[in-house]
Amino acid sequence: MPRKSPFYSRTSQLCESQSWVDWSGYLSANMYELDHSHEYNAVRTSCGLFDVSPLYKYTVRGSQALALLNRIVTRDLTKCRVGQVVYTTWCNDDGKVIDDGTVARLSDDYFRMTAAVPTLYWLQDNSFGLDVEIEDVSEAYGGLALQGPTSRDVLQNLTDADLEGLKYFQIIEDKVAGVPAQISRTGYTGDLGYEIFVAPDGAEELWDAVVDTGRAYGLLPAGNTALDMVRIEAGLLLIDADFVSTNQTLFEVQRSSPYELGLDWTVKLNKDYFVGQDALRAEKASGPAWRTVGLEIDVEALEKVYRKFAMPLHLPYTSWTEAVPVYRDEGARQYIGKATSGTWSPVLKKYVVIARIKPQDAAVGSRIFMEATVESQRFAVPATVVKLPFFDPPRKRQ
Amino acid sequence: MGNYDVIVIGAGHNGLVAAAYLAKGGRRVLVLERQDRVGGAAVTEELFPGFHFSTCADGGGYLSPEVRRDLALDSNGLKIHAADPVVFAPQPDGSHLTIWRDTARTAKEIEAFSKKDAARYPDFVALMQKLAGVVGGLMRIAPPDLPELAWGDLRSLVKLAGPLRKLGRKNLNELLRVLPMPVADLLNEWFESEVLKGAIAASGVRNITWGPQEAGTAYTLLYDWALSDTGLFRSAGVVSGGMGALTKTIAQAARSFGVEIQTGAGVERVAIEEGRAVGVQLENGEAHTAKVIASNADPRTTFTRLVDPLIQSAKLARHVRNIKYRGSAARIHLALREIPEFNALRGGDTATYLSGPIQISPSMMYLQRAYDCVKYGEYSQKPYLDILIPSLSDPTLAPSGQHVMSITAKFAPNELRVGDWAERREAFTEVVLDTLAEYAPKIRDVIAHRKTLVPPDLEAEFGLPEGNPNHGEMTLDQFFHMRPIPGYARYRTPFPGLYLCGAGAHPGGGVTGIPGQNAAREILRDWS
Amino acid sequence: MTQEYDAIIIGGGHNGLTCAAYLAKAGRKTLVLERRHVLGGAAVSEEVFPGFTFTVCSYVVSLLRPEVIRELELAKHGLHIMPVDSTVAPLENGDYFATYADEASTREEIRRHSHRDAEMAPKFTQMMYEMAFAVKPIIGVVPPNPEKPGIRGLGTMKELGQHLHGLGKDTLHELTKIMTMSVADFVEEWYESDILKALASLNGIIGTLLGPKSPGTAYVLLHHYMGELDGAFTAWGQQKGGTGGVSEAIASAARSHGAEIRCNAPVAQVIVKNGRAVGVALENGDEIYAKTIASGCDPKVTFRTLVDEKELPDDLVAAIDKFKYRGSSGKVNLALDALPNFTAIKDPALLRGSVEICPSMDYLERAYDDASYGGFSERPYMDISIPTTSDPTMAPPGKHVMSIFVQYARYDMAKHGTHDEQRQAFGDAVINTLSDFAPNIKDIILHKQVLTPWDIEDKIALTEGNIFQGELTLDQLFFFRPAPGWADYRTPIRNYYQCGSGTHPGGGITAGPGRLAALEILRDGN
Repeated sequence: MPRKSPFYSRTSQLCESQSWVDWSGYLSANMYELDHSHEYNAVRTSCGLFDVSPLYKYTVRGSQALALLNRIVTRDLTKCRVGQVVYTTWCNDDGKVIDDGTVARLSDDYFRMTAAVPTLYWLQDNSFGLDVEIEDVSEAYGGLALQGPTSRDVLQNLTDADLEGLKYFQIIEDKVAGVPAQISRTGYTGDLGYEIFVAPDGAEELWDAVVDTGRAYGLLPAGNTALDMVRIEAGLLLIDADFVSTNQTLFEVQRSSPYELGLDWTVKLNKDYFVGQDALRAEKASGPAWRTVGLEIDVEALEKVYRKFAMPLHLPYTSWTEAVPVYRDEGARQYIGKATSGTWSPVLKKYVVIARIKPQDAAVGSRIFMEATVESQRFAVPATVVKLPFFDPPRKRQ
Repeated sequence: MGNYDVIVIGAGHNGLVAAAYLAKGGRRVLVLERQDRVGGAAVTEELFPGFHFSTCADGGGYLSPEVRRDLALDSNGLKIHAADPVVFAPQPDGSHLTIWRDTARTAKEIEAFSKKDAARYPDFVALMQKLAGVVGGLMRIAPPDLPELAWGDLRSLVKLAGPLRKLGRKNLNELLRVLPMPVADLLNEWFESEVLKGAIAASGVRNITWGPQEAGTAYTLLYDWALSDTGLFRSAGVVSGGMGALTKTIAQAARSFGVEIQTGAGVERVAIEEGRAVGVQLENGEAHTAKVIASNADPRTTFTRLVDPLIQSAKLARHVRNIKYRGSAARIHLALREIPEFNALRGGDTATYLSGPIQISPSMMYLQRAYDCVKYGEYSQKPYLDILIPSLSDPTLAPSGQHVMSITAKFAPNELRVGDWAERREAFTEVVLDTLAEYAPKIRDVIAHRKTLVPPDLEAEFGLPEGNPNHGEMTLDQFFHMRPIPGYARYRTPFPGLYLCGAGAHPGGGVTGIPGQNAAREILRDWS
Repeated sequence: MTQEYDAIIIGGGHNGLTCAAYLAKAGRKTLVLERRHVLGGAAVSEEVFPGFTFTVCSYVVSLLRPEVIRELELAKHGLHIMPVDSTVAPLENGDYFATYADEASTREEIRRHSHRDAEMAPKFTQMMYEMAFAVKPIIGVVPPNPEKPGIRGLGTMKELGQHLHGLGKDTLHELTKIMTMSVADFVEEWYESDILKALASLNGIIGTLLGPKSPGTAYVLLHHYMGELDGAFTAWGQQKGGTGGVSEAIASAARSHGAEIRCNAPVAQVIVKNGRAVGVALENGDEIYAKTIASGCDPKVTFRTLVDEKELPDDLVAAIDKFKYRGSSGKVNLALDALPNFTAIKDPALLRGSVEICPSMDYLERAYDDASYGGFSERPYMDISIPTTSDPTMAPPGKHVMSIFVQYARYDMAKHGTHDEQRQAFGDAVINTLSDFAPNIKDIILHKQVLTPWDIEDKIALTEGNIFQGELTLDQLFFFRPAPGWADYRTPIRNYYQCGSGTHPGGGITAGPGRLAALEILRDGN
């Protein structure tokens, strides 16, 4: 039996497509209508409402809560003030990424962590001998992500909290539509947006209020298909697509370091000891084996391929996350890595791809080739290395 | 106060041995001891006026002869009485089995129980001595870091050549087969007398929280066999002045090589800089630097208290957490007005028979049942007792004509599932005395004073986690290249400059001095 | 004296049949001689009561080597293994714990008992997979003799050495632990909830007279993990029509290659001339001659019953006499009028899988204690299957057969009186315990068959009723199985071979020993 989110009574009513997928044991909607495009456009032009309850959530309290978390994650949490949220990775002893997620500091010795994979045991195993209290609160909170240009207006109608004052990657506790909630100025869309966590018994009330109020602001409930497109535009990585958790594979070849994932900025080598520090220091010195980059596919070249078959250009209608090889040469002889996810970006009118390739080919502006299959025949289509993210509107940080 | 080459944390016997060898090797060594006395768990205490007890560790017959010679302990005043019998085992029916140092004499004793066993006993002893020779050889090398074999390992493996030659090719299979066996299976292959099997099997379980049916107890038997001064499965050495005299002698020898020893100097933290051990901070606020820090503390204490747990890799933390301690022996000390009469010795030469170890272990099933209680967090109703009356060898330990008796009673769990030790300690003592009274009915009449230490007491007073005197169970998954934790069985730790020199390291527990000696050798080998 | 056959296999158990099938496939004229009226040895299905068919002794098929299934094309010969799709353990507090065929439901169920354990369970499986991967090459080789390895032995040792070296330190350390620890201690490092630990421990104690806290049992757990069902690790299965169907399939494959199989043909002795096996003498006095003789019986029968002591070196005789069997399990087969009603099991679909009477770690350990003091467990561990829930043809319509594997029951139950009294008392203990969990059981029993270890010995000639033909303990594995120097399927008697579970890689319905023995026989040019 799949688990049901506290919003399920509402989302199940709305999900006309009946397209559901297993997300950490929960039923999660891919799209509410039969087509995802309204939902995608809502996120970029008005706002979309995502049920993100399946995220794993943990609280860590106690005099050594900071010490424990700072020992685990790669960023320096001693610099994280109360009311701040930090995006970070965490690694094993070999400096390979277990997961990425956020850590929110709710008070001096009270933190909330979100994760994509189960992390309770990792927190516990690293707390041997420490004064901390760790709790799996995954089911104690339902979560909504309200994302898009009008999200602030919608939410401000429902709360007395000072949303103008709630800066990017900050968190407050206040009521939303009368329901006690944690509100953070965060998201997985690369747009203006909020994530709201509430106890399950207030979930339906919150959903109804947000949807009612949102109607005037173009709000649409949105599913995973739209979410995956916007996160690729935002250059954000997806576990099991762009990387595999090192604790969920037996094979070294499938593991990756934060450097290989282009998350260099999350690794603070000079902070106190953290798990993986020695290995990451060594990797930093010798240089990572891979780099994660953005690719823009040469759409005109792709069009020429289709023309060989007397066909018009076909572009992916939604995102894809099945890896394809990337080559240095058009003849597809020199393998240099793999493209891990990609989408046609309706807002950018570009075919954008996240890829992991050899460092010597990773310079911005490099021209490389990605495999494309047309009518069961393989071709190498030219692409240009660009900086991530592909789409980065100023409102994301405002 | 100047800088030292080496700081040894803890003045237990292994710490002192390591310090002495290092000083002998030309290093400037400081030993820091939290207590106000040296000795660690090997101490003599005047628990009652005029009565001196080896409170925790007991039995002086395991000390490595090499250590004794290299550190000139005899000329520093060490005296160990070689008791004979090796084991006096009274039986519930009033008979008794005595194991003497002399095999032929023992075989004669065994005849009373089984002629067949008596005939096989000499062969058994001969084979086990060969197997123990190899085990003893293995104790004296640093376990190779499997699967990588370094040149240094090959050099040390040469030490095994002699014992292996003695063992013979044919017995190599036998060694491989016997090591992981339960001592019960091994003895059942050889003998039929429950009395004899009970007497020998006790040495398979004395230092472990297992019954004789548990696989790996043949190894613990061989461990004792390899170390004991009798050439048999049980040592029978009684240190003049008690165990404290032994460690005091080692301390004196260490000082003679130039070691400085500070007592009342508890170490708070090992200072680690950029992953390297560089010194120690004391509880009194002082700090010392040194090139090498050697910890005689057990691995759990070393890695959770002495070294900041926050700076340890996840793997190290996991391995340390998984070390099994599980102490299960209580110590019961009795001040006796006179020697109690044993049913088995009516009219016999009491002083001779009782001068060595006395064992209440009448059968393997008796031992097994005694152990089975501890699986459910309960103490044995019929405990296995290992008893010494050292005052028979050294009368100065007690007022004239009176005696001290120390009993190691098994099994008593570290944690009781029902109630706690504070309320049940006395009840357990009564169980032990009831058991003893079956063999020596008037024991209660001759007790002047008594004191019981259960595993949590041993932890509180001697810093032995879960009351395990061996700094970690001596099981097959925690021996050789797995001791104390996989990957760090060569006295080195993940922190360059920090070494382990206590019983938690290979080969393990017992007052042998071998871990300290091996650690000193490895430290000197790394010196550059 | 004319050689009628190239090879005679003594014993029509699954290993003997496998050996015969391989030899026949290689063109050898092969004869299998089975003592009983049915084939299969321990892997046999019988209509014990009219209309009720039981897998009399063994009961699940998880360890059958996939290469045997492939090479003998057993699917063509009727092998049809249905997965066991759930397990459920009723607890003493009225709750239960279940695992399901789909991962998500199992995860939710574990999570109901412990969040942490739900996270650890897939990691535990992953680690066991890694360990199984690590030891897999060992399972497939002929054990060398460490004392006199010879060129081939050295080659094997070198290959294994290289393999182990390639595994890396962490794996080797974990492997050391699994080879030496008790299964209780081993799972303690992974799980926190008692019921999960107890159930994870089960495969460590099945078939051995050891408790979950006895060291050495973690290896037995791994031994079971190596079972591959159609190439899928750790999937357990039931053969359609009972386990006997597996033997029937192997027999059919053997026959298709020309092997001849005779039932009711007990062998009294192997005929040895000048240190060379030349034939067998049947109990009825007939003599049959062949170039090669292979025994699928256990080591005691192979070396101490079928041949004369004077043909064997003393150290082998001594080693075989030391070899431990210690049967630890019995079997109770019930013909039922209806389905039992387990108080704690609300979902009847769960009865299609196995029902484990193993409510806690202490329960299991105490069950062992009873046996370790002599006798059987007053409250035993039971592995129950009701095969009629998925294969109704095994009983008349609406009726059921229940097959209960019971542990612990030791071979020597002397304190309980005569054999008949012992059987009675043992059966009563089983039914009484079962009725604590399924109160209606006594009302629905139509027939009852109770097999103690000596019944199993008696019926299918397994010494002391040990279903593995010898305990799977460290001192009886690999080059010690069954005796050092004689772990390569050969014997001191030329042309006389061993092909039963008493040889490497050991017991369970693996067909591994039968196959490896056949390959050695062929290798010798026989």
